[in-house]
Amino acid sequence: MDRNQSHRQVATMKQSLFDQGYLDHEQFNQLEELQDDANPNFVEEVVTLYYRDSARLVHSIEQALEKSPIDFNKLDSYMHQFRGSSSSIGAKKVKAECSLFREYCRAGNGEGR
Amino acid sequence: MARNGVVASQRWRSDGDVSSQQQPPADSVVADEVHVLAVDDSLIDRKVIERLLRNSSYKVTVVDSGVRALQFLGLDGEEKKASSIGAFDSLKIKVDLIITDYCMPEVTGYDLLKKIKGSSTLREIPVVIMSSENVVTRIDRCLEEGAEDFIVKPVKPSDVARLRGYMATSEPSVRVNKRKQRESCESCSSLSTASSTSSSISSSPSLSPSPPSSASPTPMSISEPSSPSPSPSPPMSQSVSAPCSPSLSEE
Repeated sequence: MDRNQSHRQVATMKQSLFDQGYLDHEQFNQLEELQDDANPNFVEEVVTLYYRDSARLVHSIEQALEKSPIDFNKLDSYMHQFRGSSSSIGAKKVKAECSLFREYCRAGNGEGR
Repeated sequence: MARNGVVASQRWRSDGDVSSQQQPPADSVVADEVHVLAVDDSLIDRKVIERLLRNSSYKVTVVDSGVRALQFLGLDGEEKKASSIGAFDSLKIKVDLIITDYCMPEVTGYDLLKKIKGSSTLREIPVVIMSSENVVTRIDRCLEEGAEDFIVKPVKPSDVARLRGYMATSEPSVRVNKRKQRESCESCSSLSTASSTSSSISSSPSLSPSPPSSASPTPMSISEPSSPSPSPSPPMSQSVSAPCSPSLSEE
């Protein structure tokens, strides 16, 4: 019954992510619905792309933050991208953080406080 | 939505197939004949929109930039020659709908929209804009420029289901004649052949002899036989691309 167990574990994890607000229920479900026999790995592919893309963006953001003075427009642009992809995946919390980050950018607030 | 619902889907059959004048009634347009061009600079969004569209049995071409989209459509500067040598025709492109992201580098979705609507050969293709930002001024600007709809991301299956309605055509493709005429003479104003093909098209047959170069703003004599353009006043909108630093200059 390993497989069932794994499925249950995944389901539990997923629900927990929904409950904690990390993952948007509706959006993620829609992605899952796009997966079918013809595209059995769709969700995995998209999420993998997202992680890769996010890593790249986070790296760019870190570099941008190290510059002095901070180029807020550039930062804002990175955050716009990050927020967009997070939204498509249903990464709710990340999306919210991106929005907040962007507010700071627009205010020229490099400290984020 | 700005349009009053009826959109003449342009079937650009490069072989100049005269029979395409007799468009099938809207409800018999077969889904898998329909070709959608999707434009988005985000890899993730491209993947998602492609899947969404393919799930609706559309044939999909996805490009990653406005520049690529313009190239695909033959609007990348080559269009000046298009009418004389039929370059666009030879590309054998048939696009029934274009769905594009708004915020893209270099050529934004808005720029793309303007170019398409400014092209005498392509302006009938319905264009839908997507954006993660729900900015009223942005939405208005796009609708005024002729976009069929403005979808706030993330795109949902219900949004894609709506696209169907923009592609339905209940009118024969009058444009075929215009295009054929243009092949022989650059600025044709007479569409006597066109007006005979349609009974539901009532507006004047004179085509604004818009120069094929879509880089210039549309001369706005709205004499298109299809549904009237949403903006009665000339949308000689700013030739500057709509700013895409989201909301920074729009609020």
